Amino acid sequence: MSLVGDRARQALGQARQVGDELVEAFNAVWRRSLQLRVVISTLALSTAVVLVLGFVIQTQIGGNILAAKLDDAQRQIDSGTALLERELAGVDPNRDGAQGELNNALDRLTNASADDASGAPAAGKFRAVLTSAAGGGGSDVAAGPLEAVPADLRQSVAEGARALRYSTIDEQGVEIPAMMIGQPVRTANGDLEFYLLFPLDSEQRTLGLVQSTLIVGGLILLLLLAGIASLITRQVVRPVRQAAEIAERFADGHLDERMPVHGEDEVARLGESYNEMAGSIQSQIRQLEEFGALQRRFTSDVSHELRTPLTTVRMAADVLYASREQLLPALRRSSELLVTELDRFEALLGDLLEISRLDAGVAELGAERVDMNGVVARAVEAVRGLAEESGTPLELELPAAVYADVDPRRVERIVRNLVANALDHGEGRPVRIQLGSDEHTVAVLVRDHGVGLRPGEAGLVVNRFGRAEESRARRSGGSGLGLSIAIEDARLHGGWLQAWGEIGRGAAFRLTLPRTAGDTITASPLPLGPDDRPGADIRPPGAGGSVPTPPLGWPVVIPSWSEGDDVSEPAGDLR
Amino acid sequence: MKSRVLVVDDDPALAEMLTIVLRGEGFDTAVVGDGTRALPAVRELRPDVVLLDLMLPGMNGIDVCRAIRSESGVPIVMLTAKTDTVDIVLGLESGADDYVVKPFKPKELVARIRARVRRTETEPAEQLSIGDITIDVPAHQVDRTGEQIALTPLEFDLLVALARKPRQVFTREVLLEQVWGYRHAADTRLVNVHVQRLRSKVERDPEHPEVVLTVRGVGYKAGPP
Repeated sequence: MSLVGDRARQALGQARQVGDELVEAFNAVWRRSLQLRVVISTLALSTAVVLVLGFVIQTQIGGNILAAKLDDAQRQIDSGTALLERELAGVDPNRDGAQGELNNALDRLTNASADDASGAPAAGKFRAVLTSAAGGGGSDVAAGPLEAVPADLRQSVAEGARALRYSTIDEQGVEIPAMMIGQPVRTANGDLEFYLLFPLDSEQRTLGLVQSTLIVGGLILLLLLAGIASLITRQVVRPVRQAAEIAERFADGHLDERMPVHGEDEVARLGESYNEMAGSIQSQIRQLEEFGALQRRFTSDVSHELRTPLTTVRMAADVLYASREQLLPALRRSSELLVTELDRFEALLGDLLEISRLDAGVAELGAERVDMNGVVARAVEAVRGLAEESGTPLELELPAAVYADVDPRRVERIVRNLVANALDHGEGRPVRIQLGSDEHTVAVLVRDHGVGLRPGEAGLVVNRFGRAEESRARRSGGSGLGLSIAIEDARLHGGWLQAWGEIGRGAAFRLTLPRTAGDTITASPLPLGPDDRPGADIRPPGAGGSVPTPPLGWPVVIPSWSEGDDVSEPAGDLR
Repeated sequence: MKSRVLVVDDDPALAEMLTIVLRGEGFDTAVVGDGTRALPAVRELRPDVVLLDLMLPGMNGIDVCRAIRSESGVPIVMLTAKTDTVDIVLGLESGADDYVVKPFKPKELVARIRARVRRTETEPAEQLSIGDITIDVPAHQVDRTGEQIALTPLEFDLLVALARKPRQVFTREVLLEQVWGYRHAADTRLVNVHVQRLRSKVERDPEHPEVVLTVRGVGYKAGPP
């Protein structure tokens, strides 16, 4: 039993599910197709109209038919009554043989009405009933199918008035609706009751025909209306759909897309306005593009043009510097300052040029298969001098033979920038440089234990020329563009550059690159958060903070700082 | 005898500064400020090195470089403000042996020039061969079956470096150090471009080299003798 019940429930559930899906699908189509909505609305409204109209027509026709019938019936009974009163003036219903008289009279009546076709209008075939008044004692005499006459009609007639009833008569076992009309007939020896029964089967047939005609006509009308509505909507919807498609293509960057304009109707006006809008957008975009290109070229040109005089100044300064021993102390110091500041100036110019190239999108990735160990080691060597100056120990954790498809010059520059940055902000405490890898990615983590980053700063440190804090001296003489360039370089590789930091606990920067150029990365092999506090959880690779570096856009701070909590989440994603 | 350096630069201040620095380092210098006068000056002065600024009025530095190279193997070091691969490779392909990117340090420039003129010391008599090529090192002559092939000094150096150790594979970095005199890793495009130029002269079919072979992923080596 329960099995059957379960099955039934299951089947019911499935059916409900299917039903839900159908409803859902219909809703979807309903929402998405204006044409369908218009057609269905038209269909619903016109169905209502057709129904009302059909009902009114049917009622009207039925009423008219019945009224005509009634008219004829009145006339028939008038003439019948007159005839009967003449014929039966001398008949005594209570006498024997009256039955025969009545029969004869009825026969004559029906014959007369059958012969007299041109006389009273034909009320159709009818049956006549003649009987002695119900109230007069003695046995009733009757001619015709008296049993078909309902009692309440006889009652009304017995009270001496003409009466009308609608009822059914039985004809060979079939119930047929009929109109019955009764009239008392006065004779010398008592009243007789005279009834005429008009079967309404032909009227019913007529009415049925009218009804089916109305239904068929209505259905055809509805179908036609639906078709017309569909056609008309299509006329309106098609240009709208076309416009939507063109707008989509426009949005996809096909700025030359325009709507075809035919005629002068509303659709044409829509097309014209759309085209005007598209034209103005296109020209504005062009203008912006030109402006952007101009600006970038300007930056690039300025950088180039500055180089020639800078070269002269640089050489002059070096000549002075080379013979600084022969100069007065003030002049000697001046020449030293001149040379160091020129170094900074050069670095800034180089970075500016590089960033303008990256912005312009003309930077190319010279990817080749290299051992990351060598790349990172070279980058570290380049800043070792700085580290020694500031007395910062460098802890290296560089496994050998970590091969990846990268642009070694760019990666070296990224790592150099990260380490230089860590030295700047590391306050002389050890800086750890760690290389990690898994099947798909390689990662370099640079961790310092300096002042760290304030909440939200992780996203800001990459601001061009940004310094996280005024007090942070720049030993490396960096231009402030280093991290910006590093981010652009990472993005060029399809990699991530992420930062974590906390006040007083230092900061960590993690570069993650795909091993194969063009791959997308989903996780980093090295944890970004702090790893040096008691009970610190070394997060499994890829857990937390592995937010991909989007292809474009500028840093957005993703603060994941919570008050007083040990933050092991990365504090920001440098995009 | 002092080495002569021809400075081709339109910027008078830079040209003067170059003169001061180079004289201080013991070079003789001459300056032309116009690209069109560079070639006559090369013919007339027969310098040991040409220092050529790529951005010149009158005649484009690249064209000047090509013109000089068409009739002389004199080492050309170009000065460029552009670091884009296209610009550098274009300069090298037009015949420059080496390049220095502005702004450069005097020492760097001097090192580059010295590397190009240092080959004046006498060399022992040496005959080398790769494939069907024979190299007479002291005479600076390269022959293929008696027919002489004209190489620039740099191309010659490159070929000799490879030929001296026939079985050794040279990485680009090693070649940069031996031929160009770079002590630290520098731009490996220099090697690529000059190997192409060398091949176009010494190979029968540069598409299928037999003299200078590429060892994929490592570098280059000489073909079998």
